[in-house]
Amino acid sequence: MRKVYGVPGGEVLELDYPAVADYLTRFLEAELAWRGYQKALVAVSGGVDSATTLALAARALGPENVHALALPHAESASESLEHARMAAEAFGVDLEVIDITPMVEGYAGVRPDLTPYRKGNVKARARMIVLFDLSMAYRALPLGTGNKTERLFGYFTWHGDDAPPINPLGDLYKTQVWGLAEELGVPEAIRKKPPTADLVPGQTDEADLGLSYRRADVILEHYLKGYPDAYIEALGYRPEEIRRVKELVNRTHFKRHLPTVAVVSTTAIHEFYLRPLDFRIELP
Amino acid sequence: MVRHAVLQLAPEKGQVRRNLARLEAALLELAEDGPQVVVVPEAYPTGYFLQGGVRELALTVDELAEALDDLHRRAWEGPLDLVIGFYEKDEQSGDYFNTAAYFELGGRGLVHRHRKVFLPTYGVFDEERYLSRGHGVRAFDTRFGRAAILICEDFWHSITSTLAALDGAEVIYVPSASPARGFSGPRPANVERWRQLAMSVAAEHGVYVVLASLVGFEAGKGMSGGSLVASPEGRILAQAPVFEEALLVADLDLARIPPVRYDNPMLADLKSGLPILWNDLRRVVEGL
Repeated sequence: MRKVYGVPGGEVLELDYPAVADYLTRFLEAELAWRGYQKALVAVSGGVDSATTLALAARALGPENVHALALPHAESASESLEHARMAAEAFGVDLEVIDITPMVEGYAGVRPDLTPYRKGNVKARARMIVLFDLSMAYRALPLGTGNKTERLFGYFTWHGDDAPPINPLGDLYKTQVWGLAEELGVPEAIRKKPPTADLVPGQTDEADLGLSYRRADVILEHYLKGYPDAYIEALGYRPEEIRRVKELVNRTHFKRHLPTVAVVSTTAIHEFYLRPLDFRIELP
Repeated sequence: MVRHAVLQLAPEKGQVRRNLARLEAALLELAEDGPQVVVVPEAYPTGYFLQGGVRELALTVDELAEALDDLHRRAWEGPLDLVIGFYEKDEQSGDYFNTAAYFELGGRGLVHRHRKVFLPTYGVFDEERYLSRGHGVRAFDTRFGRAAILICEDFWHSITSTLAALDGAEVIYVPSASPARGFSGPRPANVERWRQLAMSVAAEHGVYVVLASLVGFEAGKGMSGGSLVASPEGRILAQAPVFEEALLVADLDLARIPPVRYDNPMLADLKSGLPILWNDLRRVVEGL
């Protein structure tokens, strides 16, 4: 007699990338439209997240309505600028290069105690200043490029690279961004290189975080959905990896929220007075 | 044969006047197709996610009726039945509801009002924080036959459509607003789930199901659309695309319901068998 074995159920991280690309393209069109924007601005680092965001923006708005910015510092890897150019070329978007070295070094000159780590944060915030200034100059909305893994780990500079008002990739894990990048035709050199914030020379994300994205994303998805540690361990993950993921998530909740306000009334914003971001009434 | 049209529209958040004007334009576009019943999604006049803004934008049923009468006079020749979802303010109690109403425009006016019973308050949803629950499901007579209205999550509990069918409904209208989630397949998981639900409810009871699903992004949440009409055998007669505005036109042949039910007499069996289960049903419900 024929025996038929069932396939065990489980959480699925693999996505239908053509469907995701279509959805995120519509997201960009819609979210720019109601804000009154036709153009977008993307800071392109040379990495896969910003290249993917650039590809989506070019699809949604047309390459002629997208401004790509490369914002290198003298300490940035030369490969980052090469890859930023490669991404812009791949999606037919003009690239503007603005060197942030004078901005960053101007501040470094008045604070000689600036450590490499703090200087990394200054670089990210200098880039934010340029992005928002040129947003006004070009009347183009800045797009965020952070993925869900780095958002959950707090692996970004607060009020720096998380500052743009809309973000198409923020609910995709890093491994899902890789899948989407391939679907959108992001060049292989960008997709296959080790991810790096490139804020400190020689830095890589996975060394900073202490585990690989492919393993972290599976742990995160199960942790967020409430699976106990023993269940995740049974999938083949080590207790120290699980602990590290939970540690990174739990010490960075504040970076995913607006600043804390002392509540003194029953009309405290976001506590009692609750309106969705797109809420607006017609006034007489 | 009763010609139906589903208006799968994307409202602008909070812009009631503009959204009703958009509804009027859609009716003008449909005039050549001559629908007799038009179905509009949940919360269409305002958009779905309002949080506390419900207090600023909810309409009384009379206010909505007046606006629809004006619109009907301008845009339509002859009577038109219209099912529409909206946030309702009860004039007497001041309570707020997620409501859908059946209007016979150019005729009896308000025919039936259903207030959503199952208010999703989990995950991305927070309805019960801002709204009161409705307390009933009942079928009602239209000029074409007998119908019922269920709103969004109401329909995800098979007991509500069972009640509607037992109460004589031949058509179940389902205004909904369903944010897309689950992208492991070519269509979002929630759209697939809606399709399966509509097909199985229609086939179980031998009813038509008309789903009108909102589209448009609401602060990152993409309302998925995929509105549809299912036949009493559980076949999809028409389905709108996902994520974009569309006008869906389908003819509902109510004369097919008796022969389809004769071949598949689940509803008749339920009427016979339900009394047998009544004591257990009461026992379980009383034990909740």
